Amino acid sequence: MAKDKKNYNPFKSLIWKSIFRTAVPTEKRGRMMQVLNNVFLHLHPVAVPKHSVKVKYTWCMGGLTFFVFLVLTVTGVLLMFYYRPTVENAYTDIIDLGETTPLGIMREIHRWGAHLMVITVWLHMFRVFMTGAYKPPREFNWAIGVILLVLTMLLSFTGYLLPWDQLAIWAITVGSNMAAATPLLGREGPGAALVSIGDINLVTPQSDAKFGLLGESEVRGMALLRFYVFHCVAFPLVAVVFMAVHFWRVRKDGGVSGPM
Amino acid sequence: MSDNAPDKQISDATQVSRRGFISWMSIGWLTFAATMGGFATMVGRFLFPNVLFEPSQSFKAGVPEEYQPNSVSTAFKAKQRVWIVRTDDRIFALLAKCTHLGCTPNWLANENKFKCPCHGSGFRITGINYEGPAPRPLERVQISLADDGRIQLDKAVTFRHEKGDWEHPDSYLMV
Repeated sequence: MAKDKKNYNPFKSLIWKSIFRTAVPTEKRGRMMQVLNNVFLHLHPVAVPKHSVKVKYTWCMGGLTFFVFLVLTVTGVLLMFYYRPTVENAYTDIIDLGETTPLGIMREIHRWGAHLMVITVWLHMFRVFMTGAYKPPREFNWAIGVILLVLTMLLSFTGYLLPWDQLAIWAITVGSNMAAATPLLGREGPGAALVSIGDINLVTPQSDAKFGLLGESEVRGMALLRFYVFHCVAFPLVAVVFMAVHFWRVRKDGGVSGPM
Repeated sequence: MSDNAPDKQISDATQVSRRGFISWMSIGWLTFAATMGGFATMVGRFLFPNVLFEPSQSFKAGVPEEYQPNSVSTAFKAKQRVWIVRTDDRIFALLAKCTHLGCTPNWLANENKFKCPCHGSGFRITGINYEGPAPRPLERVQISLADDGRIQLDKAVTFRHEKGDWEHPDSYLMV
């Protein structure tokens, strides 16, 4: 027994194997298997070409964007413990997040991070364009990236309303007026009068595209709640799915594009 | 082919024919698509509530005699976002929504104009734009006299000057 105890190797134990599926890697194949067998690592390539880790070439903008997204997720979840999306509480809760909450900088990190993410997304797109990394076989991943750009802007836009100050309310009023100008489905859009049954107009301030976004005819409490749910749940979930596809396609399309 | 002979041993009952497979797959996928379509419809409908906890688009605004000639009433601005304007011979209701980007202008009685705080658009008492970026006059809403003699307004119907709507009989009341 004493001899067995002395030879006990935790890296060959049942617990290790049940968690990591493979033994501690001792050669190249083992290291590859470790990446392939890990749900968090498998989206990433097992091996990357040397040029793709050159910061001068990629600026690491895609990676930085993902990092900022993670920061925003963590700080955003923390803010949700204090922020209440109601007309009575929203504005003062934001003030309190800066004035009375421990580490009052948390809300500012979230706000700065949001600005930073738009900048890094833009620079990432710029780099991809300038290095021709949108060309076949990567053209589909460019399209996925455009969807992620739109999601980034939608997250920015919905987060903009949550402080519930004058800037927020009027910015969303102006923004959601674009929905009111939707052809056929917007109250002020071209052809809205055509969508009717007899004399009853179906596209009204209380049934059009802008109403669908806000949950009411103008920006008030229901719009605040709706934007809060879009901002904290719906858009991040959709973004995560598209990010998974985006990263996986980087690997499948042959890794980061090489210098010409 | 003789290598495959043992497969033939499977009885007809467990064999799936090509035709049968395709028709069952079609039924399966169509059912799935219909379910997903129905669910998407439910999600869309769910976002439009049956009961609205906001002021009705149509409301009553007192009797015409309450309004002084050549004055602007701001009594319904906060709740309904309309001004009720009485000129010499007419009463009409202006929607308090700037035609530039949709902010709410203020009535400045001293300067006899509506002024938008967002980008400085100015409108005369009639609603005609004359300064700032607003591209067209304020909109008027439907106005009529209800059976009880009170003014009835309906914001769902608007009248635009640039379309010649302001001559429409539903866009003003004669007094």
